[in-house]
Amino acid sequence: MNILAEVMTWLTSGANWTGSSGVPIRVLEHLYYSGLALLLGLVIAVPIGVAVGHTGRGSFLVVGAANGLRALPELGLLILLVLAMGIGLLPVVLALSVLAIPPLLAGTYAGVRNVDRSVVDAARGMGMRESQVLVRVELPNALPLVLGGVRSAALQVIATAAVAAYVSYGGLGRYLIDGLRQQDYAQMASGALLIALLALAVEAVLALLQRAVVSPGLRDGGRRSPTVDVARPAPDSSPTPRTPAPELAGVER
Amino acid sequence: MVWEWVPRNVDRIVELLGEHLLLSLVPVLIALVFAVPLGWLANRSAPARAVLIPASGLLYTIPSLALFVMLPGVLGTQIKSPVNVIVALTIYTVALLVRTIADALAAVPSMVVAAATAMGFKPARRFVSVELPLAVPVLVAGLRVATVANISLVSVGALIGLGGLGGLFTDGYQRNIPSEILTGIVLTVLLALLADAVLLAAGRFATPWDRARRSGA
Repeated sequence: MNILAEVMTWLTSGANWTGSSGVPIRVLEHLYYSGLALLLGLVIAVPIGVAVGHTGRGSFLVVGAANGLRALPELGLLILLVLAMGIGLLPVVLALSVLAIPPLLAGTYAGVRNVDRSVVDAARGMGMRESQVLVRVELPNALPLVLGGVRSAALQVIATAAVAAYVSYGGLGRYLIDGLRQQDYAQMASGALLIALLALAVEAVLALLQRAVVSPGLRDGGRRSPTVDVARPAPDSSPTPRTPAPELAGVER
Repeated sequence: MVWEWVPRNVDRIVELLGEHLLLSLVPVLIALVFAVPLGWLANRSAPARAVLIPASGLLYTIPSLALFVMLPGVLGTQIKSPVNVIVALTIYTVALLVRTIADALAAVPSMVVAAATAMGFKPARRFVSVELPLAVPVLVAGLRVATVANISLVSVGALIGLGGLGGLFTDGYQRNIPSEILTGIVLTVLLALLADAVLLAAGRFATPWDRARRSGA
């Protein structure tokens, strides 16, 4: 039978949309794990990124940590944590937050570091205290890159949250794992499609959010593109070429 | 932790390591063949750029596990066929490299291109022997990102029964052997670091003028 038709049948069957294993519940579970992981990632990565970006100290550590964490295989990490801590939400969230940290760290660090030095000097010249410089000048200017990092992180976490199902948790990954076990390809493909759609939807929402909260002064016409992707493509087209922070080039790699 | 597992399973580990290398590196090679002409096109023509760049961004957004599962439906392959993983990772790598190459080519100083034209270089030869070599550093940076990402993505394929070293994770989970999982993690990270270092060295080797400038500076 035609696979597309099977998937359509699965997706339009009412039974798959109700109850505790229905699509709406699975989507909520998926977003719940992803949201917690992203939150934990933000709590860990943003203060470090801001501190290092503001002081300029320890930048090689940030670059190294961001790149090193990226090479960690997510599935292995999750399973190791589960074996060590037992099955629970904590290992799932911890393992997923490890995915969120590199783009968040790179985005915050690069964002704060890349703020035009003359703008920072002007703020100091106007008599702002160091904390005011940070909160009122550096952070708003860094926002486009920070949010770029948040988008990358959210995307990565949502794409990977499916692994939670492997260790007996819910989320959209359940359809992949159960479908494989029951040799029900329509269920697997539908689950895969739903994960892809969820990722695209979240990306679209975050892109709109980014447009809404970034200061109009930083949009087009500014020296850099507010939608620049921090952790993903264009490794060398760093936001502001030839900035006074050459070590940044490594962040994107 | 039962460490005897490692020496007793060296053959299996080596086999999975080979599978992992194949699944993660073959896509990079295939992608390079597709991405260079596409990147050239995206840099040359504005309409092509308007299609290629957003399209590659969109492709990059599709989760890898989802793509591994959906491809058999599109390609008509078996669900556990390595072709699915190779095609999926090739798609990601092309998506990443097209943009990188287009940006790298756009960054080649127009005076250099003009000088090459004035020296009588025909467009094709100018591209191969002037523009492309100048784009190498950025290209290598893109290749490094793609390769490290591929090496880490392959292991997710273990969820559908095909993931190189990822097989150690699922097997170690079912049989409760932490040392097996740890072996998989360490080898994956080492593989990623090694591939990254090799690409970095190859990039330096391919751009001797940059090396001279670095040591001179």
